[in-house]
Amino acid sequence: MTTLPNATDKKLGLVIDLDTCVGCHACVISCKGWNTENYGAPLSDQDPYGANPSGTFLNRVHSYEVQPAQGEAQLIHFPKSCLHCEDAPCVTVCPTGASYKRVEDGIVLVNESDCIGCGLCAWACPYGAREMDAEEKVMKKCTLCVDRIYNDNLPEVDRVPSCVRTCPAGARHFGDLGDPDSAVSKLVAERGGVDLMPEQGTKPVNKYLPPRPKDALPEFDVLAPFLEPVVEEPKGFLGWLDKALEKI
Amino acid sequence: MNQPVIDLSPKVSDEIRKTTCYMCACRCGIDVHLKDGKVAYIEGNRDHPVNQGVLCAKGSAGIMQHNAPSRLKSPLKRTGPRGSGEFEEISWDEAYQIAADWLEPIRRENPEKLAFFTGRDQSQSFTSFWAQAFGTPNYAAHGGFCSVNMAAAGIYTMGGAFWEFGQPDWDHTKLFMLFGVAEDHDSNPIKMGIGKIKGRGARVIGVNPIRTGYNAVADDWVGITPGTDGLFILAMVHCLMKAGKIDLNYLAQYTDAPVLLNCDEKSPDFGLYLRDENGKQLVIDRETGKLTPFDQPGVRPDLSATHRAKGVTHRPVFHQMADMYLSDEYAPEAVADRCGIPADRIRAIAAELARVAFDEAIELNHAWTDFRGEKHTKMTGRPVSFHAMRGISAHANGFQTCRALHVLQIILGTVEVPGGFRFKPPYPKPATAHPKPHVGMTPGAPLNGPHLGFVHGPDDLALKDDGTPARIDKAFTWENPMSSHGLMHMVISNAHAGDPYKIDTLFMYMANMSWNSSMNTGGVMEMLTDKDENGDYVIPRIIYSDAYSSEMVAYADLILPDTTYLERHDCISLLDRPICEADAAADAIRWPVVEPDRNVKGFQSALCDLGAKLGLPGFVNDDGSQKYADYADYIINHERRPGIGPLAGWRMGENELQSGRGGVNAAQIDNYIENGGFFVEHIPDGANYYKPWNKAYQDWAVGMGLYDSPQPYLFSLYVEPMRKFQLAAEGHGMRQPPEHLRQRIKDTMSPLPIWYETDQEGNEGYTVNALTQRPMAMYHSWGSQNAWLRQLHGRNPLYLPTKLMREHELTDGDWARVSSPHGEITVPVMEMAALNENTVWTWNAIGKRKGAWALDKDAPEATKGFLLNHLIHELLPPKKDGMRWANSDPITGQAAWFDLKVKIEKAVAPKESRPEYPPIKSPVGQGPDHLAWKVGK
Repeated sequence: MTTLPNATDKKLGLVIDLDTCVGCHACVISCKGWNTENYGAPLSDQDPYGANPSGTFLNRVHSYEVQPAQGEAQLIHFPKSCLHCEDAPCVTVCPTGASYKRVEDGIVLVNESDCIGCGLCAWACPYGAREMDAEEKVMKKCTLCVDRIYNDNLPEVDRVPSCVRTCPAGARHFGDLGDPDSAVSKLVAERGGVDLMPEQGTKPVNKYLPPRPKDALPEFDVLAPFLEPVVEEPKGFLGWLDKALEKI
Repeated sequence: MNQPVIDLSPKVSDEIRKTTCYMCACRCGIDVHLKDGKVAYIEGNRDHPVNQGVLCAKGSAGIMQHNAPSRLKSPLKRTGPRGSGEFEEISWDEAYQIAADWLEPIRRENPEKLAFFTGRDQSQSFTSFWAQAFGTPNYAAHGGFCSVNMAAAGIYTMGGAFWEFGQPDWDHTKLFMLFGVAEDHDSNPIKMGIGKIKGRGARVIGVNPIRTGYNAVADDWVGITPGTDGLFILAMVHCLMKAGKIDLNYLAQYTDAPVLLNCDEKSPDFGLYLRDENGKQLVIDRETGKLTPFDQPGVRPDLSATHRAKGVTHRPVFHQMADMYLSDEYAPEAVADRCGIPADRIRAIAAELARVAFDEAIELNHAWTDFRGEKHTKMTGRPVSFHAMRGISAHANGFQTCRALHVLQIILGTVEVPGGFRFKPPYPKPATAHPKPHVGMTPGAPLNGPHLGFVHGPDDLALKDDGTPARIDKAFTWENPMSSHGLMHMVISNAHAGDPYKIDTLFMYMANMSWNSSMNTGGVMEMLTDKDENGDYVIPRIIYSDAYSSEMVAYADLILPDTTYLERHDCISLLDRPICEADAAADAIRWPVVEPDRNVKGFQSALCDLGAKLGLPGFVNDDGSQKYADYADYIINHERRPGIGPLAGWRMGENELQSGRGGVNAAQIDNYIENGGFFVEHIPDGANYYKPWNKAYQDWAVGMGLYDSPQPYLFSLYVEPMRKFQLAAEGHGMRQPPEHLRQRIKDTMSPLPIWYETDQEGNEGYTVNALTQRPMAMYHSWGSQNAWLRQLHGRNPLYLPTKLMREHELTDGDWARVSSPHGEITVPVMEMAALNENTVWTWNAIGKRKGAWALDKDAPEATKGFLLNHLIHELLPPKKDGMRWANSDPITGQAAWFDLKVKIEKAVAPKESRPEYPPIKSPVGQGPDHLAWKVGK
C-alpha cells in the first residue's frame, strides 16, 4: 500500500475541449516523441513494421459514434490520458511505493527504479490510463510533462505539456484546477466542464468540456424573413434591381 | 511521505535546427532538436507563419520517417523483370551515365519522347525549368489527379482559390462553411482556424457525406449526396438572389456583373464581353448613362442598364444571372431529393448565410483607395467564409461546382473583405496574368515557354498542326481544354496505347503510380510491364526518383534515391506554391539539419548534375561547365527575372539587404537559417483587404516583385474563355472541335456555373457512392508507412451506413464483395451511422503491396488493407458510341475519383483482401522487430 498526500499545493491538470477536438492525434504523437526521449524509459514499439504493431502510448484518442434520440448521428473524439486523480487508486494499490502523487502539484508519477512491473496499478485505474512498457517492463503513464513544465532550459511559454503545446485546434488547456481564479478553472466553470466517470470516486483533476449541441440551426420558419422574395414574379426582379441600385 | 527527487530541468537537446516540415504539403515550421548529432525530437516552430508552434501527428512522427527502414540507400539498376523488385546498387556516376545515354538522343531528335511528371513535387518552378530547358512539352505535377478543378475554377473566377491561394479571415468570420473537406487540405491552419472561431462561438457548417474530422466538430452537418454540391450551392444562389440578399454595390464595383454581353444569337461574338479598342470590358455608367471602360475614375457601373449598338443588344452579365438562377430549376424543392437535403434545410442555410452576411456586417476602420481612385474611409466586411477542397472538385462536374461556390461567395460580397475569404500573396492573380500553355518544341533546344498555364480560347489549345494533341497527357485539347495542371493520371495509359504518340522514357518523381496514385491500379501495373511483339517493353524506359521503397520502385529501370526532408535543401518559393498568409508574403527553406548516411542525393540536386551532363541551357556555364553545384546553389544564384529569384528574403540591394526584388546574396540561405528557416514580409494595414482593387496593395505587390505593374481586375462571375469554346462548338472560328465533342462542349462549357449529373453511363445496377479520404494523421503523408502512425491507422475497413449494413445483413468484421463496372474487390466492412445513407467509404492508401515500404508480408496493410483504385478506371465504361471517354472533368481533365458507384454483396471471408498481388522483392529488406528510440543518454 502506498499513501496519498492529504492535500496537494496545486492541482495541475488538463482541460480537454470535446467541442473542438477534431481527432487528429497530434497530441498522441507529440507525447510519444517527447516521452520517448525524456522521463524514464523510452516508449517502445513491438513489431513496428510487422503484423501486430503495438507500442506504449501515454495518451490515446478514441472515437465514439453517438446516435441522439433525434437527429443525425455524431462522432465524438475523446483524448484520454491519466487524469491525475485526487483519490488515485493506482497509487494506493502500489505495493512498492513506485506510484506516487506529488505533494506540490498533484501529478501522479511512477518512480521507475522502484516499479516491479506487477501491473496492479493498471488494474486499479478505472480509466485504463496506464500502459506497461513491453520492452522495459515498467509501468508508463502521463507525467503531465513534469520535465517540461518546470524546465529552466525551455522558454517560459513552452513550459506546458507537449500535447498542449502541439494541439492544432487549441482543444487542450493546462493549469491549476485547484485555483478557482486560474484560466482553466474559469473555462471549466464557463463551459460546464465535467469529471470523467465521477461515480468511481477518484476525483479526477483533468476535466472535459462537453460538445455544444449539434445540428441546432433554427428551422427555416424562424429564418424565413431573411429570404423574403423581393418580388412575386421573376420578371419583376430587374425592376427591383433598378430601385435597389438607386439606394446605393 | 518520501517523494523521489527528480530532475525537473533536464537538458532538452544540444541544438535546435529550424527547417520546414515535409510530412505533408502543409509546410509548417519545425524545431528539430538534436542530441549527439542525431534527431531527438521535433516540435512546431512558434514563430512560423503557417503553424505558429502547433504541429500535427505527422509532423511529430517525422523522426520515424527520417529513420524509416524503407529509405532507399543507393542508386539502383533493374536486374530482374519489371515489377519484380530485383535491382543492383550502382554508383551515381553510372546512374547519370545511363540516364544521359537515354535522354541525350531524345533531346537531339525528338524531345516529346521524354515524359517528365513530378507527382507531389514542391519544387515545380525548378522541375518545370529543367523540363523546359530539356525541350519536352510533356511536363506536369500531380494537380490533374488532385484538385485542379478547385485551383482552376478559383483562378478563372476570382484570381485564386482556397488553401495555398487564400484562407478565411479567421479573426473576424462569424459563419464558416466547409464543403467536401473531410480530413485534408490544408492541415494545421484549418484546425487552428476552427479552434479559433469555435472559441468565439461562431458557427461551423460542414457539407460532406462523411461526418468525421472537421465535420465531426461542425455545429451543423449536411450529409449531402456525393456529386451534388453544385446543385445545392446554386439552389442557395437562387434563394439569395430571389430575396435580394446579394451585395449589389460589391457586384457593381468589383465584378463583371455590370459588364455588357453581346446578346445577338447570330453574331460571331454572341455571349462575349463588349470591349473597347484596348480590350477593356465596357459597362454603362449609372451617373452619366454612358458606355465606358469599367476602370475609369468615378464610374458607377450599372447592373441593370442595357446598351444597343450597331443593331446588337448588349445586356449586363447580371441580367443573364437573373435569367438563369431565378428559374425554378434551382428552387430548393427542385433539387432537394437529388442532393439528399430537405428543401427547408437548404432555405434555412441560405437564410443563415444572408443573416450573417448582411445583418452582422462588420466594419474595420482602415481607409483605402480603390483602383478607380475612389477613397473609402472604412472597410465593410461580410463575415461569412467558405473553404472547400477535393471532395467537391474530384467529380466530372467539379469545375462548375467549384465555380458555383466562388459565385456564391462573390454575390454575398464576402471575398477579400473583413470576415470573408482572403487571398494570400502572390494571389490575387487573375487567369490573364498567368502564362498560357506552351508546346513549341525544337530538337536540341528549350521549349518556347512554360508548359502549364491558362487558356483563353481555342487559339491557346496545345494542338499540333494536324490538330492532334501536342502533349502525351492530352492536356489543353478539346477533350479537356482548361487542364491547367496537366493530366498525370493519363500519362501511363496514353504512353502505353501510343495515343497520341509513343514515348521513349518516362521519368517520374514522388508519384506512386503503380499503386495508390493511379486509377485502375492493376491495369497500370500491366501497362508498365507490357511487352511488344519484339519482346521489348511498350514503355521502353522508366526512371524514377523516390526516397522510400514504394510500390512504384519495382516498376522502374533506374532509381535515383532521394533524401529525407531533414537531409535536403528546398525552397518553398513565391514562384511556386508559397506559404504566405493573408496578411503577409512569406517563403521558406529546407536545409540539411542532418547529413544523409546513405548514398542518396536530393532529387533537385541530381537534376542539376544531370542537366549539366546533358548540357541543358540554364544548367551549364558558357564554357560548358556545370552551373549549379547543387540545388542550394540554384536557390541562391538563379534569377527568373532580373532581381527575382526563388527566395524573396534577404536579397542584395544597393547598400543593404532587402525584401522581394534584389540581386543575388551568397549568404541568403544562412540568413534564412538565422531567421528560423523562413522569411515573412507583412502587408501594411489598409492594404491587406480588397486586394484586387486596393491601390495600396497593388503598389506593395509591385514593390515585392509579385507583379511588374498594378493589375486591378474584375472578378469573373462569367468566364468568357468558356464562352469562346462554346462558340467554336457552335461553328464559329477557324479552330473547330472534332464532331464527337461538339455537343459536350456546348453542354458543359457554360460561362455561368451550371450543374450536371455525373452518373456514369454503363453503371446500371451500381447505385452506391464510394469515396475515400486520408486520415488526418496521414493526410498527404506519402513517404512511408510510419511506425508510430501505422499504429493509429493500420487498417481500413469499408465503412457502410447503417441502412446498407442492414440491407445486406452485414455486421462489423464481415466481408463484402464490392464491384464497379470496371472491377471487383473483397474487403472487410464496418458500420458507421454518421454517414450519408447511400455512401460507403474507406481510408485511402492504407492498403500496401506485399514487399513494399519495408513492411512484413503479413502486415495488416497488405493482408486486410485495400485500395478502391481497383474499381476506378481512367476511362468511363463503354458507351454505345464505340468510343472510350476519360473518367475526368470534361473542362479541366481532373480525375473524377469521387464519381465512383458500386454494388455491395456479402461475401464469404477470404484469407486476405482481394485482389491479391504477389510480393515484390524489397530493395531495402524489412524493418526491425522492435523500437525503443532514444538518442540521448
